[in-house]
Amino acid sequence: MYSKTVMDHFRNPRNVGVIENANGVGEVGNPLCGDMMTIYLDIQDNHIKDIKFQTFGCGSAIAVSSMLSEIAKGKSIEEAKKITNKDVAEALEGLPKNKLHCSNLGADALQMAIKDYEDRKAGRTRKEPEKNEHREHAHEGKCHCPYCDIELKIGARFCEACQSSLEEEH
Amino acid sequence: MTVINLDHLSSNPLLPEVKSAMIDAINADYANPSSQHKRGEEAAELLETARARVAALIHSDSPKEIIFTSGGTESNNHAIKGVAMANMAKGKHIITSNIEHNSVNKCLRRLQSLMDVRVTSIPVDKSGRVNPKDIEDAIQDDTILVSIMHSNNETGTIQPIEEIGKITRKNRVIFHCDAVDSVGVVPIDVNQLDVDMLSFSSNPFYGPTGVGGLYIRRGTRVFPILDGGVQENKKRAGTENLIGIIGMGVAAQKAAEDMDGRIAYLRSLKEKLLNELPDYIDEYIINTNLDYSLPNLLSVSIQYIEGESVMLMLDDEDLAVSTRSACATGSLRASHVLLSIGLSHADAQGTLVIAVGIDNKAADVDKFLQALQKTVKTLRDISPLYQKERKP
Repeated sequence: MYSKTVMDHFRNPRNVGVIENANGVGEVGNPLCGDMMTIYLDIQDNHIKDIKFQTFGCGSAIAVSSMLSEIAKGKSIEEAKKITNKDVAEALEGLPKNKLHCSNLGADALQMAIKDYEDRKAGRTRKEPEKNEHREHAHEGKCHCPYCDIELKIGARFCEACQSSLEEEH
Repeated sequence: MTVINLDHLSSNPLLPEVKSAMIDAINADYANPSSQHKRGEEAAELLETARARVAALIHSDSPKEIIFTSGGTESNNHAIKGVAMANMAKGKHIITSNIEHNSVNKCLRRLQSLMDVRVTSIPVDKSGRVNPKDIEDAIQDDTILVSIMHSNNETGTIQPIEEIGKITRKNRVIFHCDAVDSVGVVPIDVNQLDVDMLSFSSNPFYGPTGVGGLYIRRGTRVFPILDGGVQENKKRAGTENLIGIIGMGVAAQKAAEDMDGRIAYLRSLKEKLLNELPDYIDEYIINTNLDYSLPNLLSVSIQYIEGESVMLMLDDEDLAVSTRSACATGSLRASHVLLSIGLSHADAQGTLVIAVGIDNKAADVDKFLQALQKTVKTLRDISPLYQKERKP
């Protein structure tokens, strides 16, 4: 089901962990959508000197985080801002159709971490998410369709965009 | 490479006796059991032998009450749609539970939208069981069917079917029971349970996949869902899958003979797993009702990690298990069964279903526990939830 590259990154994820004094942190997802991802950045001289991640999620979510961290490491902020979900999915030699939302999560987390860095630099303070709020209501009450990646309301049973039923399968 | 199968819920190996009976049947080139010539009659006899064996396994009064189907899904579709169609004049109300298999759930949803059927779905308690009183209270004048599963395929928890059977009999409502994961695994007596229809499948008792059956008590008003020829006493059209049915017949006979020994053995493996699990991992939830459950199945939610990742890592160690994580099921939705017994979305995501079989050894459980310990540690080290949720 998964490509060799996905399985390689899942089995040996690169850049796992926490950067204690990170100057940019991005968190996306919640267990309601299936995955959660936290990206830590150490940005020096406008470049991503170090990047680490923590992920709660399926095989592809872990592989996406790992691949994203490899792509982003060493890049300038401007370059890193241009990293898209598609870049990550392509570097992984594709993801199964119903796992595309995982790749969305990766780029989102990176962009949030960069924004956090820029906010801090500009002196804007960020609000620490509360524990439970983070757990169930992050991602602004949205999930993404696992088949076409379009944004959905939590609890949606049908994706209008790609006509996929979102009922559980057995 | 030998993969240890702890996913007997998804597939069971065929018994050697079943294999050889099926191979013999293939080599014999049996004719169509509906043909009236000698060769046809020879095939019909084999069909009826299998039917008698299956009838005996569930203590049906007569083999005539058994029809062969393509498996549990067809049997459930037949029971629900067939009763709804045959009893439209009497009423359009059906009672079920919140934890049924999708082959029941989706039939009911179809009937709701096409035939204006009203469905009352009964919740289960935290232990995963329906309260029979709730079913009695839900019965209305135009209730035509109650459909409750015998054991749940995600938790292994067994429902109080006998008590529900008394209620439906008293109220003269047809009672269907989806017993796909129970028949051939635990003793089933359709008269003791007082069910009118009972779905079963051959693979859970080590027969071939793609074969199953439906018990229909004499006098139950139900239409066929496959129209055509007069096979199966005019209840299910289409030439029978004789080779598969022969295999199921042999498997049914073996299941009846070996049931007590199998239950004792499977229970010993499950208890070993349950008792030794705390030595290997912490922070998990047992979803199976241990007082009322299948001897072979244990559902466990491992906190702070996701099931598909666990399954993939165990697969690398040549261990096959099943997960109920939303990520692995092709949808975003957490299992309706796990949410119904009160699990949070995060905990539901970390759910493994471990189903042991008669081909497992105690050493398989040891190997599983060791691999699980390693996997859980690896994934918790990566998990942002693990540290976050544990902060004081």
